[in-house]
Amino acid sequence: MADTVAATLENVSVAYGRQWALSEVSAEFPTGAVGLLGPNGAGKSTMLKALLGLLKPNAGTMHVLGLDVETAALEIRARIGYMPENDAHIPGMTAVSFVAYCGELSGLPAADAMQRAHEVLYYVGLGEARYRTVETYSTGMKQRIKLAQALVHDPDLLLLDEPTNGMDPTGREEMLALVRDLAHNKNISLIFSSHVMPDVESVCDTVVVMNRGRVVMRGPIAALKGPSGRMFEVRIKGDQPAFVNELRRRSFDCREADGDVLRVLLPAQADARELFAAASVVHAQVRHLKASLPTLEDVFARAVGDE
Amino acid sequence: MSRAGSIHRERYRRREDGLDVRGRAWLVIAAQALRALTRKKAFLYLMLVAWIPSIVRGVQIYVAANFPQASFLAVSARTFRDFLDQQELFVFFITVYAGSGLIADDIRANALQLYLSRPITRMQYVAGKLAALMAALALVTWVPATMLLILQPLFAGNTTFIRHNIYLIPAVAMFALVEIAFAAVTMLALSSVSKSRWFVAVLYAGFAFFTQAVFGATRVGLQTTTFSWISPFGNLVQIGDLIFRLQPRYETPPTVSALILILLLVLSALVLRRRIRAIEVVT
Repeated sequence: MADTVAATLENVSVAYGRQWALSEVSAEFPTGAVGLLGPNGAGKSTMLKALLGLLKPNAGTMHVLGLDVETAALEIRARIGYMPENDAHIPGMTAVSFVAYCGELSGLPAADAMQRAHEVLYYVGLGEARYRTVETYSTGMKQRIKLAQALVHDPDLLLLDEPTNGMDPTGREEMLALVRDLAHNKNISLIFSSHVMPDVESVCDTVVVMNRGRVVMRGPIAALKGPSGRMFEVRIKGDQPAFVNELRRRSFDCREADGDVLRVLLPAQADARELFAAASVVHAQVRHLKASLPTLEDVFARAVGDE
Repeated sequence: MSRAGSIHRERYRRREDGLDVRGRAWLVIAAQALRALTRKKAFLYLMLVAWIPSIVRGVQIYVAANFPQASFLAVSARTFRDFLDQQELFVFFITVYAGSGLIADDIRANALQLYLSRPITRMQYVAGKLAALMAALALVTWVPATMLLILQPLFAGNTTFIRHNIYLIPAVAMFALVEIAFAAVTMLALSSVSKSRWFVAVLYAGFAFFTQAVFGATRVGLQTTTFSWISPFGNLVQIGDLIFRLQPRYETPPTVSALILILLLVLSALVLRRRIRAIEVVT
């Protein structure tokens, strides 16, 4: 396996009872920061847990850091840091004891684990609160300590499951800054699972988009965002559903954004005047027209729409 | 990010050394669980009280060895058997106090996924928790009983008793092992079925009292001890008497008692196997 690939899945299917959480998923996560994007219930967390070897797939094979998940799960877990989505800690411990304990569990000698615990707690911004018990932490602090426990043994790959969940805007920005720093300055590969597109966009270079247990799109964000064409924000006065139908009849990508504003992607060869023409067909008036840039949200909407 | 945060961010360093993942995680887990226990005053008081019978027995051994007129206190194999019988009460309380939260607390705090997302197997996790509880229980059974065995020749000034009863050394170890392993494994299994340590404690105590009460009722009502197999403690008594080469005190054959205990251990292992998972699957 090339060093440029952090993880691969080949035709992986995972079922919870009769419910398929992953259905014949094939994906490749290059090294660096890769976003795993999808709505709630898309199968993102299931994929991360399968990569950790915590879930045995019904079918398919997976490799992480060049190792087969089925045969080398323990070696893989020693090189991975996992930040779970939900609140998780060891009860009754101070932050520094908790993180040091996690380091020891990962195979660090006790003294080294304690030293690393202090370092990573300062790194994630919990240096001053490191002697408090984790139960007394706020939601944002709990997110940070989950990152600290995932980092303490200096993993080669981080699996971050919704790392900004429940954080206030400032805390969220700080968490994203940390994750960016890890990926771009500390040379740690990471898979950043989130349903918040701006978060993924601000951290990752590449994205894998999931929906209903399937990978619906993947590739560099820039490439996915930049198909030939131009994005416009349009607001009309008139029958909006009919206008949308008319746009789609003309093979234009179109979705509703805020309120009554539509985001329409015109192919490169098309002219903005076609929007006026479409409006004219359904007897509507264009009240607002503004050129825009494609966002990851557009990419996601297009991918899920294709499903 | 604050300025302090930025400074410390620069301090983050990649490690050069490798990790030791040779299966010592269970020791780390056991040591941590024991540290957590010894930080609790109630546990320390319980341990102190549990050692009072050992001191009393030590005095008995000293008096019997040095004062011929106290021959009614003479030490025999039965003395050690009775001592371990007495300690069963403390085994019960320590199992309930120290064991009920061992896994339940981890489930409540979603900690299982933190353990199992590291190079740790489910077996190592259970072994660590089991080792912690068994170590605590050994401190009130095997350790004091063995110390009493060591004290006897020291107080008597000769090794006559120990030479004639050399089998007591393995008997004490074996019965203590059976007793504490049974208590620890069943408690861990119960601890894995709930998020509440209180519920687990009540469940364990309820099971112990109910089975003992049913046995007691049959004993009184039917004038027979044939139904001692209903009570896990009754089964432990039968096995203990067998190990100490004493006449079993109940009518249940010791092989039946052994089979019941093995069955409960297997059931507990199956419960642990099903419950110790990094993810809770609801289907």
